[in-house]
Amino acid sequence: MRSEKSLEEIRRIISLHKRLDLIFMITGIVALMIAIMTFMALFAHMLIDGLPRLSWEFFTSFPSRRPESAGILSAWVGTTLVMLVTAAAAVPLGVGSGIYLEEYAPRNLLTEIIEINVTNLAGVPSIIYGLLALGLFVYQLGFGQSILSAGLALALLILPIVIVATREAIRSIPITIREGAYALGATKWQTVSDHLLPYSAAGILTGIIIGLARAIGETAPIITIGALTFIAFLPPSPVKNEFPFVSFEWLTAPFTVMPIQMFNWVSRPEEAFQLNAAAAGLVLVIMTLAMNGLAIYLRYRMRKNIKW
Amino acid sequence: MAEESQNKLVYAGKLGYSFRRHLHERFIETFLFLSAILSVAIMLAIIVMLVKESVVFFRQVSIWDFLTDTQWTPLFDDAHYGILPLISGTLVSSLIALLVALPMGTIIAIYLSEFAPFSVREIAKPFLELLGGVPTVVYGYFALLFVTPLLQIIFPELPGFNLLSAGLVMGIMIIPYVSSMTEDAMRAVPMNLREGSYAMGATRFQTSIRVVMPAAFSGIAAAYILGISRAVGETMVVAIAAGMQPNLTWNPMEPAATITAYIVQVSLGDLPHGSIGYQTIFAAGLTLLLITLVFNIIGHLLRKRYREIY
Repeated sequence: MRSEKSLEEIRRIISLHKRLDLIFMITGIVALMIAIMTFMALFAHMLIDGLPRLSWEFFTSFPSRRPESAGILSAWVGTTLVMLVTAAAAVPLGVGSGIYLEEYAPRNLLTEIIEINVTNLAGVPSIIYGLLALGLFVYQLGFGQSILSAGLALALLILPIVIVATREAIRSIPITIREGAYALGATKWQTVSDHLLPYSAAGILTGIIIGLARAIGETAPIITIGALTFIAFLPPSPVKNEFPFVSFEWLTAPFTVMPIQMFNWVSRPEEAFQLNAAAAGLVLVIMTLAMNGLAIYLRYRMRKNIKW
Repeated sequence: MAEESQNKLVYAGKLGYSFRRHLHERFIETFLFLSAILSVAIMLAIIVMLVKESVVFFRQVSIWDFLTDTQWTPLFDDAHYGILPLISGTLVSSLIALLVALPMGTIIAIYLSEFAPFSVREIAKPFLELLGGVPTVVYGYFALLFVTPLLQIIFPELPGFNLLSAGLVMGIMIIPYVSSMTEDAMRAVPMNLREGSYAMGATRFQTSIRVVMPAAFSGIAAAYILGISRAVGETMVVAIAAGMQPNLTWNPMEPAATITAYIVQVSLGDLPHGSIGYQTIFAAGLTLLLITLVFNIIGHLLRKRYREIY
């Protein structure tokens, strides 16, 4: 059968498609570059504005009406304490439900509902969690506009991230490990706690770090709870001189966190405050980049080392 | 004989012990089950909380007014409760963001999955992930103090707060989510489909567009839906860079408040618990949740309809 197109035409079509291929490849590189350059621009802009403000005093001073003496002491202390609550709540619950869904859950309707629900929760806008926390924790349960409310709100927010990471880490362990443990008479929980959890620890840790990095930068839910933007004092210390040496008063203390401090400074018209915002943003970005970087590194090492 | 009975005793002891072991196991299983069921409880709590406060709100404001009034001034003496200005702000900023994020995210995903050499992918993927980890408040700062002045060079009459700059930055922010999920979906397409296509003489571009993308459709749809919910629910970028004035407009060059920005604005003030102002943020939140829910359901249906199984 003779082709209806002449050789000339076919050559033309081939070279056209080859050119299209090349054009697309260049478009792809350009798109990637735009994304990366934007990030560079963002970082450079903050570095230029914020770096001169970064000094020891910036970390050890309270916010102030005078921009040049204002600092982020109450903000970073608040962030640290809120993260403690978030981790304390999200890690056991997230890892626990990850284990349940992967190892214990029977195949039934309820399990399917839970699974769909975890996916849906991940798509709920963060500010909605703030509204939930405002109605439930602040007023219904009476925790007030406190570190406890904020920490729990962020814990709910990152729960899906921890659950998904736990499930993926546990799923990647081959079934033979479980069979080996059961063959030696181990119970389900012994199998999980002595084998599955240690082997998946790096993967779970990666998920927890990514979740906490997300929580550190979250602003909207904490504003919704009603965190104050101007706090010139520290929450009560968790360590006491007299018995029982630990105190949980700080849980109910009013607070501010890094992103809120930054938001407060950005929304002021004076340029001097915006320099402070740049400096706070720089600290915030470096914190989240370090955490995400650590997670990426952990995952990279894991992929390299583990061969089942 | 004696030895056998002794053995029985040993077994009995073990059985007694294993009853305790059984209890221990049940206890742990119950804890794990409770933590798993908590996610359902959270979802229910969100819905109950939003609906409960909204019901009180809608007792005072009719749903008809809420959906058709063109003014949103709940904190003024002359209070109007029309959600339309907030919805228009939300849609315009999301639309701009998606016009940036979906094409760019898809192009980057195709490039990384089908074109890029291994080394480029190994470097670019973590970089994009870091981009997605930057706090949104920082992107807001960037939009207000870097992108807006830049845009003002091109459009001198652009106001300091505008939807355009917020939307563009939001788009850049969403790229990593879209690209990483799209790429995962494309990489999951089996190699032999590509090989078949190459064997027919197709170029990489033709293979990506005509073979790989249709095969990965359900995953790509999921990525797009996630991008849309991110854009609609994004708060800090718009609260900082688009202003907080409700404004019924479709013009991206104007300042306008989104649903999320309004919630932030009210929360920054000190509204008493139980006042109508307090309830408005729950009504606004319910609207937002319904919008994202609609997109999630569409995504779910698309995935079910077009799921390809290999």
